[in-house]
Amino acid sequence: MNVTLTGLTEGMVYAAFALALVLIWRSTRIVNFAQGSMAAATAFIALSLIQNGQSYWVALIVALASGFVLGAVVERVVIRPVEGGPELNAVIVTLGLFVAIQALIAIIWGSSFESFPAPFGLEGFQVGDSRIAFTPNSVFVIGAVVVTMALLIALFRFTRVGLAMRASAFGQEVARLLGVKVGRMLTLGWALAAVVGSLAGLLIAGGEFVYPAYMDSLIVFGFVAAVLGGLDSPVGAIVGGLILGLALSYVSGYVERGSALVNVSALVILMVVLLVRPGGLFASSVARRA
Amino acid sequence: MTDSQTPSGAGAATDEAPVTATAAANAPSAQATGGRSFLPKSTLLRHLLVLVVCAVGAVILLESTSPFRNSQFATLSYYAIAAGGLTLLTGLNGQISLGHGALMAVGAYTTALMLDVERGEDPLPLPLILLLAALAATVVGAIVGVAAARLHGPYLAGATLALAVGLPGLAIYFHDTFGGEQGMTVRAPRAPEWFTSFIDTVSGNPASGTKWLAYVGVVCLLITYFFLANLVRSRIGRTWRAVRDQDVAAELAGINLGTWRVLAFTVSACAAGLAGGVLAIVVRLAAPSGFTLVLSLSLLTAIVLGGLGSLLGALLGSALLVFLPPFVTDLGTEWGLNSTEAAQLAPFVYGVVLVAAMLFAPAGFVGTIRMRWLTMRAKRAMAASAGSTSRG
Repeated sequence: MNVTLTGLTEGMVYAAFALALVLIWRSTRIVNFAQGSMAAATAFIALSLIQNGQSYWVALIVALASGFVLGAVVERVVIRPVEGGPELNAVIVTLGLFVAIQALIAIIWGSSFESFPAPFGLEGFQVGDSRIAFTPNSVFVIGAVVVTMALLIALFRFTRVGLAMRASAFGQEVARLLGVKVGRMLTLGWALAAVVGSLAGLLIAGGEFVYPAYMDSLIVFGFVAAVLGGLDSPVGAIVGGLILGLALSYVSGYVERGSALVNVSALVILMVVLLVRPGGLFASSVARRA
Repeated sequence: MTDSQTPSGAGAATDEAPVTATAAANAPSAQATGGRSFLPKSTLLRHLLVLVVCAVGAVILLESTSPFRNSQFATLSYYAIAAGGLTLLTGLNGQISLGHGALMAVGAYTTALMLDVERGEDPLPLPLILLLAALAATVVGAIVGVAAARLHGPYLAGATLALAVGLPGLAIYFHDTFGGEQGMTVRAPRAPEWFTSFIDTVSGNPASGTKWLAYVGVVCLLITYFFLANLVRSRIGRTWRAVRDQDVAAELAGINLGTWRVLAFTVSACAAGLAGGVLAIVVRLAAPSGFTLVLSLSLLTAIVLGGLGSLLGALLGSALLVFLPPFVTDLGTEWGLNSTEAAQLAPFVYGVVLVAAMLFAPAGFVGTIRMRWLTMRAKRAMAASAGSTSRG
């Protein structure tokens, strides 16, 4: 029971991170491996604000805003030249960014472990006699992810900008002919994805320690969740994240010394999915070559 | 799905001359075709000749430099072995792997286990141990390769990324065998008698343990590169390039894509395993912290900077990995950073250089130079033929 609740909470964060990857994949067909360190950078910005006496909420908003700017800048400056080129080049560029940003964080903020505050209590709720592993902070985490998803759905479904973004993801040429500024939409897509990613980074950091590489396993988990859901489908990313969160939580909860096996089990899950159903569970396109 | 068939790797980046670019990335040795060559026509003979020259050069280099430089060369050798395997996989076959650090870990742990014998007993001979390390990584690589052969681009990158992050966890889980977080200390093998007398006759320098390890590393490096260079020029290498550039055409020509991709991964894993074995005896430690994602990514940096698909490029890139960090760290200290900050400057430079290389010179160092040279030669040839026709 407790294990399930922990799994759900962590799964929500994985889902958010996977969603960020999916957003970028849908618009530019690039998997952004730098997502993790970009999110870590914004988390450190938030941390220094909090340490200087600002409230958590101010820090959260500033971090998300800086994530937005960072995403836009990265897309404009570094990603634009390799868009549409060989996929290997794009992968290598995002990996280079990943290393560079992570090292930059370590240079600016140091590579020691810092504790990151959580906005709500970390004491589990009392149910009857026992305390369950479901804290006010978990409620906040789940709530924040759900609200973000609702906002994203609203953006894509009900606004002109969302329509234009969907159009440019669907068919760049056609969208361009119809007067959509495709370049601007791609930048916006990256910026939004960076915001979602940085939210995931802040949520997973709450009540834990942060250090420059703390997002390393999250990027793997996010990727696994996204592939589980088919990389193409936002709903798939969310479901994939939840499944992965539960599975990893069961592994670390029920297997003896299982916490050492978490990363390996993510690898096993990924391999099984890619071999059995390369399109993921919710792929929209059947003809993709995995 | 045309986008999955775009030739990946070094060549594809130059729009104006795709043919030249691909040729430049891995040209069939230009000297062999040129008229002014002093080298033998046969590939095997030519490579043997280069091997002997390199071996002599390596001995001179190792004997004329300080023990500190010798240990740096030992480090260089394992980076270069792994990078050579990776450049074969990524440059020649178009498969990216972020998991080579994990494969090196397999080799390193195998070596550590083999050398971990009771006091008084002799471990197996060193060449056999290194061979076993390579073999263990080959087996793991073959398994991963079967999965990897069905993936491409970002999917492959993600899967191998999961491998790099996941596999060291096994060492922690089975901590009775592998020593957990602390890892296993490796008892470095002692230099045999003949080595001491050999060094004594060549230069009269003291034959220290460091020197022995540097020689082991360099010998492994030369042997690996000899095999890889022959492989690149052989039918196998050509098939790999065909699979990379035009998978549909290759399939129509009767090439089984999956088999060849798995083979490339296996060969590459073998090199990584050997590199891991050398790493274990040079560093004298096999621990999970030694095989982080950064290791895999720095290997990738090395081959991208040097030029994808080129062994010389892999060697140059690895040299950069070894000799750049101390330089950059010193520079950082001079600018007033403290030591931990300065240590992070090197990965920062890697990352920036990796991005910059992809944006401005995607063919890498060797590829760019080679392309320039080919263009120049083509221009000169054109001018010459134009001149002769106008005269005639």
